Amino acid sequence: MLTAEEIHEIQEEFHLYPYKQAACIEALKVVQNHRRWVSDENVKDLAALLEMSVEEIDSVATFYNLIYRQPVGKYVILLCDSVSCYIMGFEAVLAHLEKSLGIKYGETTKDGRFTMLPVPCLGTCDHAPAMMVGKDLFRDLTPEKIDEILNKYE
Amino acid sequence: MERPLTKNIRPDGKPLFIKEYESLGGYQSVKKALKMQPKEITELVKKSNLKGRGGAGFNTGLKWSFVPMEGQFEHKYLVANGDEMEPGTFKDRLLIEGDPHQLIEGMIVTACAIQADEGYIFIRGEYTEAAEIVKKALAEAYEAGYLGKNILKSGFNFNLHLHTSVGRYICGEETALLNSLEGKRANPRAKPPFPQVSGLFGQPTIVNNIETLCNIPHIINNGAEWFNGLSLTPGDGGTKIFGASGKVKRPGLWELPFGVTLRELLEEHAGGMRDGLKFKGCLPGGASTDFLVEQHLDIRMDYASVAAAGSRLGTGTMIVLDDKTCPVGMVLNLEHFFAQESCGFCTPCREGLPWTEKILQKIENGKGEMKDLDLLQFHTKFMGPGNTFCALAPGAMAPLQSALKYFREDFELHIKEHKCSWK
Repeated sequence: MLTAEEIHEIQEEFHLYPYKQAACIEALKVVQNHRRWVSDENVKDLAALLEMSVEEIDSVATFYNLIYRQPVGKYVILLCDSVSCYIMGFEAVLAHLEKSLGIKYGETTKDGRFTMLPVPCLGTCDHAPAMMVGKDLFRDLTPEKIDEILNKYE
Repeated sequence: MERPLTKNIRPDGKPLFIKEYESLGGYQSVKKALKMQPKEITELVKKSNLKGRGGAGFNTGLKWSFVPMEGQFEHKYLVANGDEMEPGTFKDRLLIEGDPHQLIEGMIVTACAIQADEGYIFIRGEYTEAAEIVKKALAEAYEAGYLGKNILKSGFNFNLHLHTSVGRYICGEETALLNSLEGKRANPRAKPPFPQVSGLFGQPTIVNNIETLCNIPHIINNGAEWFNGLSLTPGDGGTKIFGASGKVKRPGLWELPFGVTLRELLEEHAGGMRDGLKFKGCLPGGASTDFLVEQHLDIRMDYASVAAAGSRLGTGTMIVLDDKTCPVGMVLNLEHFFAQESCGFCTPCREGLPWTEKILQKIENGKGEMKDLDLLQFHTKFMGPGNTFCALAPGAMAPLQSALKYFREDFELHIKEHKCSWK
């Protein structure tokens, strides 16, 4: 069941579009903001609310890489794996993250703190390599800086 | 040298909000535009030779002129494309985060020109700070009467909203972006009809890149002749935000006239290569442009000169390859990106890009055969312009086909030595 708060927030989005189905992505974002990810049950509930089929909603949800259809940790690490970060050595950063966290791409730490995913170019190429932790951007990464950054997140 | 786009951007990058923006002459162009005929604005922008800064380089005023100005429409839309996801491109982030009101001002004037009543600023989801800054700037602009109903008591209405996206490179393609704004999968649409006639929700729509829109206030304030005079190249109006990333001494962004040479960008602005490294090549305007190499260093950075050298100016932010980085590995990284970001709608792109990636992976792992190079060459033809639904796959083929041309011996070395000698 979607909460009253979620439904209210989704309905607020309806005003921005000529019909409510157009708020599909916004609705998925609302649910994810509250729950970190979007479950099968949430997709069904959204379908009823937006008067769309479950399949339609899921086809949108699974298209976009920043909508999570599987549980994720408290903080999602998005590590840039695009070309400037490749030249500047993101692979060493990745190796260090894997070692420090004991996880690979797509996995979540046992304590549920972090999920690690690759992401295309973060648009901060003059300070490569770069990554995001939750909403925060970190640049000019070195393996040494990683542990210091991770320690900030409880 | 004048730098209209970045003159207000603080060295620390902290955003400029409305009071300060107005005190520096901000929003003057809105007052001027509200008194002009829509066609006058479009004509002025056409004459300024402002070309789209998102990569395609189409004349902006000409694009606007395709919006029907007669007849009744439920709405007309204006969309700012801030889905900056072209690998190696980081210029729009600077403009949004550093001077958000410049963008809003440019959008209001553009809305006057095409008589749009609704607008969206489409920003990629990862630009969280930019989104917060725009949210605040929009609230300020509404409060000051620059947005909403009856703007500055002119009778003109324009509502502007922020839309934060949820990933996928293909959203940068303008028709895919419109599908995404409508809450759908971001598959590109067939053209025609062009968005100018039937775009967002079937209404006339203009989609312009952030940097393009940021130029508009300056053209209105100072005129087309002034704007053309900023450039060293006749026919390409204005300045461009150029950039460099990779192993140069000073990676960064610089607002410079069109027509500066590649060498000047690389050696003077980016400070040359880091010690001990040599320049091997560069992608001059993002991941989907062809490599330029040493023989091209003296070409001018404008649309026609870069095209004549076999590449594209693209977004104007170059990615520099040095002699200690494996060119095959770099191209593999690029093709991995394109394969992953294909929307999957058309077959050549959906099937061809992962195939290309697989071949490159095989070569990089030392398992490649000479005939693989022919197969790669074949792909560059069959995913070239005209064979796919949108420009994603042809863009993906640009770095590959030029790498096969300029770095062929490096590919052959991987195959002969059964390994990557750069590792």
